[in-house]
Formats: sequence, C-alpha cells, structure tokens
Amino acid sequence: MSNYESIIGLEIHVELKTASKMFCGCKNDPFFASAPNIYTCPVCLGMPGGLPVPNKKAVEWTIMLGLALGCKISPESKFDRKNYFYPDLPKGYQITQYDQPLAIDGKLINIRIRRVHLEEDTGKLIHATVEGKRISLVDFNRSGVPLVEIVTEPDFRTVEEVDQFLKKLQQVIRYLDISNADLEKGSMRLEPSISLRSIGDAKLPDYRVEIKNINSFRFVRKALEAEIERQTQNPKERYQATRRYDEKTGTTMLMRRKEEAQDYRYFPEPDIPPMRFEKTYIEELKSKLPELPDTKHARFMDMYSLNDQDSGLLTETRKLADYFEECIKVTKKIGLVDEISAKKIANWLINKRPDMETVLPAKFIEEIRNAVMVVELSSEEITGAIATVLEAKKQAVEDYKNGKEQALMFFLGQVIKELKGKGDKALIIEKLKEKLASYGS
Amino acid sequence: MKLNTLTLTQAIEKLKKKEISLSELYSDIQLAIEKQNKELNIYLKVDEDAVKKAHKNENEMLAGVPIAVKDNFLTIGLPTTAASKVLEGFMPPYESTVTKKLQDAGGVVIGKTNMDAWAHGSSTETSDFGPTKNPRNPKHLPGGSSGGSAAAVAADLCIAAIGSETAGSIRQPAAWCGVVGLKPTYGRVSRAGVVAMGSSLDCPGPMGKTVEDCAILLNIIAGKDQYDATTLSQPIPDFTKNFKKGVKGMRVGICYIDHPQLVGTPIDHAVGKAGKVFERLGASVELVKLSDQIKSNTILTPDYAISLYTIVQRAEVSSNLARYDGIRYGNDRSNFGEEAKRRIMLGTFALSKGYADKYYLRAQQVRSLYVQNFKQLFERYDLLISSPSPGYALPLGASTNDPMFGELQDFLVEPSSLAGLPGISVPCFRDPSTNLYLGLNIMANHWQEEKILAAAYAFEQSIKL
Repeated sequence: MSNYESIIGLEIHVELKTASKMFCGCKNDPFFASAPNIYTCPVCLGMPGGLPVPNKKAVEWTIMLGLALGCKISPESKFDRKNYFYPDLPKGYQITQYDQPLAIDGKLINIRIRRVHLEEDTGKLIHATVEGKRISLVDFNRSGVPLVEIVTEPDFRTVEEVDQFLKKLQQVIRYLDISNADLEKGSMRLEPSISLRSIGDAKLPDYRVEIKNINSFRFVRKALEAEIERQTQNPKERYQATRRYDEKTGTTMLMRRKEEAQDYRYFPEPDIPPMRFEKTYIEELKSKLPELPDTKHARFMDMYSLNDQDSGLLTETRKLADYFEECIKVTKKIGLVDEISAKKIANWLINKRPDMETVLPAKFIEEIRNAVMVVELSSEEITGAIATVLEAKKQAVEDYKNGKEQALMFFLGQVIKELKGKGDKALIIEKLKEKLASYGS
Repeated sequence: MKLNTLTLTQAIEKLKKKEISLSELYSDIQLAIEKQNKELNIYLKVDEDAVKKAHKNENEMLAGVPIAVKDNFLTIGLPTTAASKVLEGFMPPYESTVTKKLQDAGGVVIGKTNMDAWAHGSSTETSDFGPTKNPRNPKHLPGGSSGGSAAAVAADLCIAAIGSETAGSIRQPAAWCGVVGLKPTYGRVSRAGVVAMGSSLDCPGPMGKTVEDCAILLNIIAGKDQYDATTLSQPIPDFTKNFKKGVKGMRVGICYIDHPQLVGTPIDHAVGKAGKVFERLGASVELVKLSDQIKSNTILTPDYAISLYTIVQRAEVSSNLARYDGIRYGNDRSNFGEEAKRRIMLGTFALSKGYADKYYLRAQQVRSLYVQNFKQLFERYDLLISSPSPGYALPLGASTNDPMFGELQDFLVEPSSLAGLPGISVPCFRDPSTNLYLGLNIMANHWQEEKILAAAYAFEQSIKL
C-alpha cells in the first residue's frame, strides 16, 4: 500500500460551436474545413489593423455553462492579452481572460470549479516533409475559434473520480448544446495536473506535473495511472514539470521542467471594452438553461416511476430523453397510456435503441403497440376471427385453393379489420395458412 | 490661382458648380507634388491613378477631391508601411474603415504620407524613410507623428488630409505646420485597418486648411464600426451644421499657462491672447489654476502624464508590435528602428511579473485621476483651451538622441488624450521672422466635437495671421 495520495486537478478546454469565430465573422468549423486557411480574415490572421469584436453568443454560452456548473457570474468581466510567441499565434498574444473570468466558484459532483473563462483558440501547426524538406505549416482555420477553459480545484483523489467528473461535464456541455465536446476531434481537450502527498498531510504539495496530449477518456485514466505509479516509485521525480502522454508506450514523457511560471505579461485587452452584466440579463440566461441531466434523471424517476438505472440510461443524452418524452406524448394522444406504459417504452428504448433520425416516435410506438397487442390477443381470438372471415369469403377461399395466392393478403386485411387493427401480421398469416391448408382440396 | 491651394469647402463647391474641372485640380496638385515632394519628403507614395479614380467620384459628396492619408491606414492598392522598413512593400489585403468611408463619400487617396515609424514620435524624424520638413520653414520639423499629413496640407500638396493621434500626433504637427487638426473623442472614429500603436489611445482624425474642412471630413469618418468594438453608437450630429453658432455664453477655462515651463513664453502669451479673443466673442473666460493634486476648480499638472502616458503606451506598443515577425508579410525584426526597439523593451519591462503592479497598474490608477479631474472641470466649463505644444517647431535634428522627445513635446495634450477627450488645434499665432506657427488647443468633454468646432471656427474667423 502506498503512503501517498494523489492530488489531481483538471484544466479542460472546450471549443464552442458558434456559427462564427470568437472575434471575427469567419466560419467556425475547423475540423470539417475542406482545405487549410479557408476560414480566415485580417482579424484571425493577425494582420496589421485587425481588431477583435467579441462574439456575443460565445459570451452568453460561457455564462450559461458557468450557471450550469453552479458558478457565480461576475457582474463585471473583461478580456486580457496573454503575450507569447508561437507560430500558431498570429498576433503574438492570445486574447483570454486573466483576473476577471466570466464565472467562478462552481461545483460539479463534489468537485469545486475554480473558474470558467472564454478565450480564443490558436492555429494549428502541421509538420510535414514537402519535396524532401522538413517544414512546418500553419493552418489558421482554427485561429480565433471560441474556446472555454474550465479549471477545477485539485479536488480529485482517484482516477475514478476524474473519469466520472469528465463524463458528467461532457454530458452537461452536450445538454447545453454549446459544443460537440468531442475529444478525438479536439473540441474537448484535457490537461490533468497531478502531484502526490503523504497521507495525513493537509497542505497541497509544492509541485505539480501537468500532462498534455490526451485525446480520450481512456487515455486520461491510463496517463494518470502511469503518472501516479511513476511519481510513487521515484520520489526524485516529484517536481514542477510538463509531460506528454505517449499512447504507444502508455507512459508520460518530460516536455519541459517548469522552474518558474512563464511570464505572459497579462494586461487588459484595450481593443475590447469591459463587459457589464445586469442581474436581469443573468436571470434571463438562467431561464434559458435546459433541464440538466441530474434534474431530468430525478424527474424521470419521479414522474414516470422509472428506476435509477433506466432513468440514468434514458437521460444519457438530451436527444434520447426528449425522444422518450415524445413517445410518452404519442401514447397519450392515441389513448394507449395504460397499454403502453412509460416503463414499457423505457425498456424498449433501452433494449432496441431505435435509430432516432429515421424512426419517429409515432412509428416507434406503433412498433411497440403491434408487438404488445399480439401478446394481448389470445390465440382463440385470432383463430375465431380467421374462421369468421373465411366463412364469409367462400369465393376467395376457392380462388386461393385454385392457386390465387394473392388472396392470402386479402384475408390478412380482413382478419386485421375483424380484430380492430390489433394482432401481429406474421402470426395471423401463419395461422391463416394453417387453416386454409386444413380445408384440403 | 493655383487650384491646389483651395480649401476642401472651396474645391467641392467649385467642382460642383463646374467652375473648375478635376483634371485641372489634379494637374495643379501633381505639379506641386513634383516640385516640392522631393525636398520636403511628404509623400511616401503617390497614387498615379488618383485622377482616374477622381473622375468616377465626380457626383459624390466629396466630388473626387484628393485627400492625403497617413501611411498607417491600410489602403488596397497602395503600399502601407507605417514608415517602418519592417512593412516596406506591404500591400494591404483590405481597406481601413476610415479610407473606405472617405472613398465611399467620393474622396480619393492621393497618396500616403510620411510619419514617425509606427507613429512613435512627434517629429516625423524617426521615419525609416527620412524626415519630413516643415513647409512653412524647411529648416524646421513638421512635428509628428502625423507630420506628413500636416505638411501636405500646409504645402498644398492635397486638399485635406487624414492623420491619427495617440497624444498630440494630429494637433502638434497641425500647430507646427499652421493648419487645423482635430482629434475626435476616443471611439468616435474607427481604428479598424489602422496599424495599431497605443490601442487605448489611438484616434484617427481630419487635418485641413480650415475648421470647416475638418468638420466636413469628420462627418464622413465618424461613427460606430462593426469592425471596431471600441467605437460607440453615440448619435452623430451633422458637424457641418452648427459650427457657425459662435461661443456666446460658453464658459472657457485657460489651462497650463501657469505651468513653470510655460510662464513668460510665447505660448503663455498666445494662449492668453486667445482667451481675450473668446471674451470678445461673448464667452466667459478664466484661468484654471494648475495643481499637483486633485482639488476642485484646478487642473491636475500634466507632469504626471509623461510617465503615465509613457508606461501605458509602451506597454500597448510592446504587445501590438509582436505580430511583426516577418513570417507572413513584411520583413523580419532586424528592420525595427531604434525607437521601436526602445518602446518594445520598455513596454515589455513595464508589463513583466513583479513590475506590472508597480508600473502598468499604477499608471492606470493615475489615469483615472485625470479622468476624474476632467469630469469635474467639464461640470464648470464648456471648453478648456491651452497649447498643443510647449513651443514653435524645433529645428531638424532636434529629436535625435532624445528618446523622450515626443513625450516632452506632447505633455500638454497627454492628460486629455489619456481621458479620451476630443480637441482641435487651430492656428493662433505666426512669427513673421521665422514663418513658424503656434496652435491653440481647444478641448471639450467627450462627444462634444460640435462645441469644439464652433469655438475653433469663431476663433479662426476673428484672427488674422
């Protein structure tokens, strides 16, 4: 048993899916752009004279995310410049938020959120070999894409907690419909920081190791496990550093030792006036928040008498939850609330996982109904109906016997009519064939 | 009469009445440029196609008149260098809002004027392409950084001009060259497409032969711009409408002439005389006493503004010039001149960890003191008058080896610029022995350019130079 416990904090970057970029009118769609540098303009290319004009929607969405994470929204906020040189940063500074983030002091599953702020993404460097020469290319399609940074307190003690938190955060972001929060496509990026301290110590360790290059939830776990192991085995390795996770070897590798924090020379962005938010505006945004996963989960249990697990599964995505409630509406409309219960719909949805794009709720209910009604019709009822139909349509029976097979479908229609629309078609056909065969020739 | 000497008002009128033709006007301008530009070094680039463009604009409001534009405004088709070798040969891919508005209104950019490199200076001597000389007396400096635009107006190498000011860069060269220069309220005119210097201070503005000419140009270039978040949607009055209203009943405060550096100088004398003129015109005039702290009915000494302005502006400069890495356009960083390097170093230092609190944040606190001081003063006065500069145009070479030259030249306008206030410099005195001019700086509260124009016009009409 280790005498140490892990102290883990997270920095999460999320690209907002606004129609345009953070500070200019360029299209915000870096991942699906058909060619490099097609969504660019003087502003996101950092040309002389280009000025940033903030995207109101991005500010609104960040505040909404802050509210969804239980944060306090700062009545006054501003943008700042973070100065540093890098080829993917065309202005020589990034517009971000330094000491007045849009939202602070939130909480998600017992993990305290320190801050939520808004900034711009950088361009993307591509290192390639062209005509035998190793060169670096820059694609500015991503330059200036709105990026939200969420910083937690170092409240995680286990990898499990990190995993749960991240999944919940991703779920909340997707519920808000403000980002795809897709790790593989880079619209959600994770940077855990980890250090060890002796069990019983109250003070935070005086170092932390930041891990970069993680692009899936699985790799967060693996990287953290590897790093905890590494730091546990090597007490000398407990120093301030940035490391990168290598998925091939499953280990972390040193990028740079951070003797002291880089000096970014932050100062208020003079090109953007400070922002002030009226209470009424914040209230308005609050009222625009969708029902969040946990609330929906509880309501589903309460309202539809679902168990914890089913309710959790149904509220996994907002789309599935909405689909479920649409199905409920359909049953109300056609007056089959008793026959097709919420519990029944839940089971069907969870087990069948219909393609929600193509199968509309009404169609899905129809499927349930057909199946359900079969079970409810007794075998006698069906055979009775068949007998009635065949008795009444003797001529057609003759035709069938003389080889006119289309008559079968005619009987099927008649039987269903007799059963008032109930009954499983396949079963009826089977029984019809049986009966007709028994007539002999 | 040489048509290049026409004022904007006259040129438009004569063109509309067909008393003169564009071809005649441009021919006279062209001639004057050929004759004088080599010696005075006013234009870095003249548009050879200007007259063709002018003919297309004949029926517009500005009727195709030639306007000189400072070289820090991005212009499609004309290289834009901000007088720095770093940007030598740079062809902008887009048009600045100001020049776009000018052209939409029928103006033509006749050429790009010389300036202190990156607008760093008050002499136009720090231009990487050689200094501009003062047309009134070529042994002297035109002032700066909009020295080229001021000189173009003074030498009649254009009909009117556009400059930009951070603190003094329009008004000081206007004063030294004996022309009118208006620095609007910060946020009145868009900075989009202007090579940034001190972003929280930069302000494009008109320079002309008369106050009325400046009013006409301000009308065109003012207004909220979707490409500049610091422009405000303040109502834009028709500046050409009320400028003849006079100053009767206005309360005028005379500032800074009791500053030890000015007492007994020609500035003291000229501004004092200007006060008398306003009195005669029906305004009530009094001296606003200088103070070294905030006290009611006194004006805070501009002395603090020198270090305050230096810190704020250098900090912004150090960040704004970071993009000029020579990778995607322009030339590499070795092309930066001495002054730019000094400013980058100083600004970087002022923002560094451990120093930002001491310098940058402290400067912002002092800045708010000036804002507060002017707020109080404008409750009592409609206008404040002073000088845009502590003296006459200095001889060529005066700025060399003096890194603080600009700040010392501009210290009288720095407080109001830091507060974002508008001001105009209108010629108020001419020394017949040197043919050099002094200007009068007339300031008003935010968004009150109308008052400034009315006062400047009344003053202009009542003095003979």
